[in-house]
Amino acid sequence: MSMFRPTATHKVIPLVPADGAQPGNGGRIRVHAMRYNPRDPGNAPRLQTYELEQAEGMTLFIALSEIREKQDPSLQFDFVCRAGICGSCAMVINGRPGLACRTLTKAVGPDITLLPLPGFELIGDLSVNTGKWMRAMSERLEAWVHMKEAELDLTRIEARMEPELAEQIYELDRCIECGCCVAGCGTVRMREAFVGAVGLNKIARFRLDPRDTRDDDDFYELVGDDDGVFGCMSLLGCHDVCPKQLPLATQIAFVRRKMAAVGFR
Amino acid sequence: MDTSSSIVTGAGLADAVRKSRLPARLDVVQSATGLVLALFMWGHMFFVSSILLGKDAMWTITKMFEGYFIFGRAYPGIVSVVVAVIVLLLVVHAALAVRKFPINYRQLRTYRGHMKLMRHEDTTLWYWQFVTGFALFFLAAPHLFQMLTQPGLIGPYESSDRVWSYHWWPLYLLLLFAVEVHGGVGLYRLAVKWGWFAGSNPDATRRRLKALKWALTVFFLALGLATLAAYIRIGIEHADRVGERYVPASVQPGAVK
Repeated sequence: MSMFRPTATHKVIPLVPADGAQPGNGGRIRVHAMRYNPRDPGNAPRLQTYELEQAEGMTLFIALSEIREKQDPSLQFDFVCRAGICGSCAMVINGRPGLACRTLTKAVGPDITLLPLPGFELIGDLSVNTGKWMRAMSERLEAWVHMKEAELDLTRIEARMEPELAEQIYELDRCIECGCCVAGCGTVRMREAFVGAVGLNKIARFRLDPRDTRDDDDFYELVGDDDGVFGCMSLLGCHDVCPKQLPLATQIAFVRRKMAAVGFR
Repeated sequence: MDTSSSIVTGAGLADAVRKSRLPARLDVVQSATGLVLALFMWGHMFFVSSILLGKDAMWTITKMFEGYFIFGRAYPGIVSVVVAVIVLLLVVHAALAVRKFPINYRQLRTYRGHMKLMRHEDTTLWYWQFVTGFALFFLAAPHLFQMLTQPGLIGPYESSDRVWSYHWWPLYLLLLFAVEVHGGVGLYRLAVKWGWFAGSNPDATRRRLKALKWALTVFFLALGLATLAAYIRIGIEHADRVGERYVPASVQPGAVK
């Protein structure tokens, strides 16, 4: 979580060119942000409205920064990279999880309701601790390349990999662990032990990796139950809200087929 | 030292060494029974709707399933055997699918809140699949028991009397909506769950599957409503002769064959 504060000289680079809009004439927008401090007894969740002028190419991250800078320094939200890479600024935008830094106010305004991502430990207002959840998930799924001790030789040149395979792995490795897929999943909302799309995508990723010596029996030990891939009810909220457009639907289906096959061996 | 599986399971250590393969099999069986039941319901609707082509057409279909055209006489017991298989599939499917239901108020409230916030079609459709699935426990049971125990009472007059004079039409009306919504959503979900027909552009396939799902739901609801209306109309016309069996003119004594 970063406490980076934009300064007066902070330069704004529009993500998408505005359609002929002139700076400053984007009209007024109203941001309705959830305010709640879970550590403050007697504090109840409520929506607080901030009104501001919409600038050209304004993202939600810019709007929130402006609110914190000019209107309310107590408003809590997370961001680091401002470029859709770190995944810190994920929040529920008008009902659906998304990244604040990749969402133009013009596309979701003029009334924008912002809520913290459900399913994660709430720090306060729009700030949640996705890192804690993701770490637990990574440890549970052993989301790292497993090599046999005997074959581990750090002085040896790494084996070559076909560029197509490297591309496939990279495609799944684009996951930024923002938590949108978890917050958008009705299954994990009902059953907190469910592994979620981010975890199943990791299984698909390490299964592809020729350096990982685990086989399907090993992966079955990790996701071969109703808290794993068989718990997925195929609501595909994960797929539809993923800000990186990861092919989650096909990856979960793929893992499901492979794990189902283990069950009949 | 006894290490029989029941003792190990009792100690909560069933998956300690090696995870059970049963969840994988149950997942496949849930999908497979759902697929067979949904496809059966398509066929069922076409057979039942033969009444729209006339009483003789429906009578012919009925007698075909009773083996009349093979054995030279009708054996309604054949229908009972088919019904028994469907009951078995339904019970297995229900037992497995109920695992996905919200099991307490917290889960139900969470899901409904999530659904209303997300306004995401597949998430909302799942809720209706759950609601109709729950309804089917109660709606399908009387119909299946009736078919199991009185398979001979299927026919143009027999079915119409049941629908109208024996007041089964409200059950059939609810059953129609529950089955078409549940089966339609279920078939779509099966395809995306297992990645069937995904092809090179899975997102485009999913859009097409969704459009097809809605088209089929509308088609079968329209066909079902027209069929139910036909049975009701015949039932009303036949209300003063309840219990009379339908015999086509072609097989009545003295008919020219």
